Amino acid sequence: MTVVRYIEANGTEHRVEAENGISAMEAAVKHSVPGIDGDCGGAAACATCHVYVDPEWLARTGPAADGLEKSMLEFAEDVRETSRLACQIEVTGKLDGLVLRLPDRQH
Amino acid sequence: MTALASATTTATEADSLPLDRIDVSRAELFERNVEGDYFRRLRREDPVHYCADSTYGPYWSVTKYNDIMAVDTNHQVFSSEAGYGGIVIDDNIQKGGDDGLQLPNFIAMDPPRHDEQRKAVSPIVAPGNLAKLEGTIRERVCRVLDNLPVGEEFDWVDNVSIELTTQMLATLFDFPFAERRKLTRWSDVTTAEPGGGIIDSWGQRKGELLECAGYFQNLWNERVNLTEPKSDLISMLAHSPATRNMKPEEYLGNVLLLIVGGNDTTRNSMTGGVYALHQNPAEDAKLRNNPALIDSMVPEIIRWQTPLAHMRRTAVADAELGGKTIRKGDKVVMWYVSGNRDETAIDRPDEFIIDRQRPRQHLSFGFGIHRCVGNRLAEMQLRILWEEILQRFTRIEVLREPERVRSNFVRGYANLPVRLHA
Ligand code: HEM
Ligand code: FES
Repeated sequence: MTVVRYIEANGTEHRVEAENGISAMEAAVKHSVPGIDGDCGGAAACATCHVYVDPEWLARTGPAADGLEKSMLEFAEDVRETSRLACQIEVTGKLDGLVLRLPDRQH
Repeated sequence: MTALASATTTATEADSLPLDRIDVSRAELFERNVEGDYFRRLRREDPVHYCADSTYGPYWSVTKYNDIMAVDTNHQVFSSEAGYGGIVIDDNIQKGGDDGLQLPNFIAMDPPRHDEQRKAVSPIVAPGNLAKLEGTIRERVCRVLDNLPVGEEFDWVDNVSIELTTQMLATLFDFPFAERRKLTRWSDVTTAEPGGGIIDSWGQRKGELLECAGYFQNLWNERVNLTEPKSDLISMLAHSPATRNMKPEEYLGNVLLLIVGGNDTTRNSMTGGVYALHQNPAEDAKLRNNPALIDSMVPEIIRWQTPLAHMRRTAVADAELGGKTIRKGDKVVMWYVSGNRDETAIDRPDEFIIDRQRPRQHLSFGFGIHRCVGNRLAEMQLRILWEEILQRFTRIEVLREPERVRSNFVRGYANLPVRLHA
């Protein structure tokens, strides 16, 4: 189990114990973190799982991947250097304590 | 009894043909509401199906949820480009006949041009902007509902669905309100073919679209020089750095894309919801007991209705899909209407269930870089409509079965006779 901390735009924190091997989108959906919808089921094809990776963690998650993830992020709102699609972040032991911030709104 | 009898007949019809003679593009299948039997058979026996001969030439049908997702997210191989025939099975709609008016818009473009234009247009329908329009939209919904007769038969399609969709488009564009039915007409003309009852010739289509172009050019000219830009879509296009230098035909192409995109789709969802609740009285009762379910009912209506039955792509390289080899140049049709009934991806897909756990996991808006930009706008319109319906009427009684539109693209209703109960 790996701890992931999701912080809403208003500051509310959701601390989730996630199974390794699933994505940060799936972990959020399983634990009903509001604001991460995951409409496409994790195919990087809807951008309803947009998150900002805390800058301290960015080196470990890596930036958005070339290809569909980057393209889809281009059409999301308020995209920043630290933006990722949570469905493209795999939960692993090296991400224990990962902090993901949620945008104001997802669509 | 008759409904049961006809269901049996059509199941036999769909099951009795040899696989290679199945052609799901026949518009009359949709008009008769029997396309579902054909798609059920294809999903079971030949989910990526080749039809060698049809009115629209040879084409592939992709019928399962995951295969559709695979095509929709692989825009490098499966192109939307107008030059290959665009995004519907019928190439003619894209060309507008031999001497057609070319109206480029980004739904029928590949990257990088698609991405540039989508980025310019999409902030206009982003939720922040929509919130500003919500008040006006609600007022207009209330006015239409308040003027409906209670206890008397009328047509829901014409009096509510078309009227409201048109009013909402007029609101978005701040279009002269008294002339709003022009918008409906231009939308119909854009997707029409001669002989289908809307236009008689491609020349007529071109003439009417030129009139539309002139009209929108005037609106642009009026608004471009205002120092206090208004918040309607045309003002935003005229003032945004990304779009204010658009060529006139691109401006018109994108205006028409927004009109067509938001017209039949929303209209038929407004009708589909009434019809679905009529067929499922237990769901209607659930909704009446707990109006908060509107939030999950709205996406379920859009899945159940699947207002656009398909989107088409053209392969620009060979590709494997579901064990078949698709060749460069082949026409590939993603049947959303079938993927949304795929029992391997959606639980009890034939049922209308207003409190599904993940109601937005459906294909009606597509996925990938072309995913509908108007999806939240469409949902907002439907949410407001249902909130106001529940305030006013205890029941919308459907008096007879609706007639359906003869189209393999727009999945919709020509009419729906209803009676309201106060
Ligand atoms: C229930 C209502 C609606 C449905 C079912 C619907 C469906 C779709 C579908 C299937 C696509 C193509 C997706 C793909 O190829 O992957 C699309 C794209 C699009 N829709 Fe909608 N739509 C709806 C409402 C609207 C509204 C209200 C607007 C107007 C603001 C709109 C504007 C667009 C535009 C501009 C595109 C092109 C996006 C692109 O190519 O990047 N749609 N829509
Ligand atoms: S779940 Fe759709 S992009 Fe991540």
